[in-house]
Amino acid sequence: MTKNILIAGFGGQGILFAGKFLAYKGLLEGRQVSWLPSYGPEMRGGTANCNIIVSDEPVGSPIVFEPDILIVMNRPSLDKYESEVVPGGLIMVDSAMVDREVERKDVSAVYIPATTLAAELGTPGLANMVLVGKLLKECPELAGGDIEAVLSKVISARHQDLSASNLNAIKKGMGY
Amino acid sequence: MAEKYLMKGNEALAEAAIRAGCRIYFGYPITPQTELAAYMAKRMPKIGGVFVQAESEIAAINMVYGAAAAGKRVMTSSSSPGISLKQEGISYLAGSDLPALIVNVQRGGPGLGGIQPSQSDYFQATKGGGHGDYHRIVLTPASVQEMADLTGLAFDLADKYRVPSMILADGTIGQMMEPVEIREEEPHVFEKPWALTGTQMKRPHNVVNSLYLDPEELEQTNIDRFARYAQIEASEARWEEYMMEDAEYCLVAFGIASRVAKNAVVSLRAKGIKAGLIRPITVWPFPKEALAKAADRVKGFLSVELSMGQMIEDVKLATGCRKPVALCSRAGGLIPGPDQIIAAAEELAGGR
Repeated sequence: MTKNILIAGFGGQGILFAGKFLAYKGLLEGRQVSWLPSYGPEMRGGTANCNIIVSDEPVGSPIVFEPDILIVMNRPSLDKYESEVVPGGLIMVDSAMVDREVERKDVSAVYIPATTLAAELGTPGLANMVLVGKLLKECPELAGGDIEAVLSKVISARHQDLSASNLNAIKKGMGY
Repeated sequence: MAEKYLMKGNEALAEAAIRAGCRIYFGYPITPQTELAAYMAKRMPKIGGVFVQAESEIAAINMVYGAAAAGKRVMTSSSSPGISLKQEGISYLAGSDLPALIVNVQRGGPGLGGIQPSQSDYFQATKGGGHGDYHRIVLTPASVQEMADLTGLAFDLADKYRVPSMILADGTIGQMMEPVEIREEEPHVFEKPWALTGTQMKRPHNVVNSLYLDPEELEQTNIDRFARYAQIEASEARWEEYMMEDAEYCLVAFGIASRVAKNAVVSLRAKGIKAGLIRPITVWPFPKEALAKAADRVKGFLSVELSMGQMIEDVKLATGCRKPVALCSRAGGLIPGPDQIIAAAEELAGGR
């Protein structure tokens, strides 16, 4: 099993953190993983994206050229990356942020108003984790595992109080 | 086996340097290596080490010179434009036979260039960079684990041969996270009877210097140094061979380019082209023997690089141009994808 994942959106939407969660989850489950961020000015408000590979084999190139899974949190990211997804792949769209549908017919498209759902939880900044929850539901190969254990690894010691709200957001996505 | 952590390449390198006994770091921030300096800023004060953010890269490398002269394990890090600024100091380190580690997390150039990954400082790293006849040992990590593993080795080789060494990484390897195991082992300690540590009135003064106004004397220092370089070339070249046993076409790539090249090798074999990869781990000394041996067997070479084509010259030299050597590269911060590499290899194989 190898999943090449690309998460893209605006800087500040938690793109890199969502990727880190998926990478740590893979690591704790004994898989090979890599996590590669876009870096530089993007981190300060432009577009941001993150390449994550979770695999049962050693990871070759950490750069995702053709994603199996694309998660987009804004319209420019869908416009830019839709064509790169492998046929039969999965595109997940935060439909609260993206005002169009996926045009391709050879991929699965999943829509979830993650930003709205996160706001309903009182944590508007956690749309990223709502999407992560939805991904864990949609992609059986990535499902399962101890989500709380992953959160305790991926959230720094002094921010552990945020673990519960992250877990809530993930559950919200899983339940959607 | 120790627990594996997800760490950025830059952080893994910094932690490995500390484990290797480095307690002195001088640097100046620049993307994409800043996490390395930040890690040192955080950790050094807690372990009795020294972190100094110098006023410039030039100041930092000359601070390195001072600490190295005192016999301490010392390092600095930067990215391409900052490494250019350090060249004078690196030449002085080489001319004074001082061990030190310089880390270059490369970005696109020339000039200020960009901040995306690159390998276009290959010539600078392997052919000199500063003035005068000199080399430094240059190691090229291709994973976060190697960012850690090659760092201790770089310190050891520098101490062993009294030469500056360099880790030549790139923005991707510096920024990416992978599981890494930082091995717990005691740092190797080298005797440094030449170090400026105070005579205690018990021995003659040591002198660390690169100025020799007598040309015969200066020539002799060069000859002596090149005798050591010959030793290094004979015994310290390192490389990895991947699917080379029956390969007819040999890709040559280091660092991040080698990761993409590995994927391409697998795809090429699925298409019926027997490809393999030689990955230089040291680019000085360059693994000439491995390339020369491959040239006896393969039909052609493909140098895969993040530059306009620099390492390709060493591939041609090492193989004596006995077989065709083609180039597959992107520059400016871009990385050749597997498709581009596959197409270039197919062209090399006769447009199959």
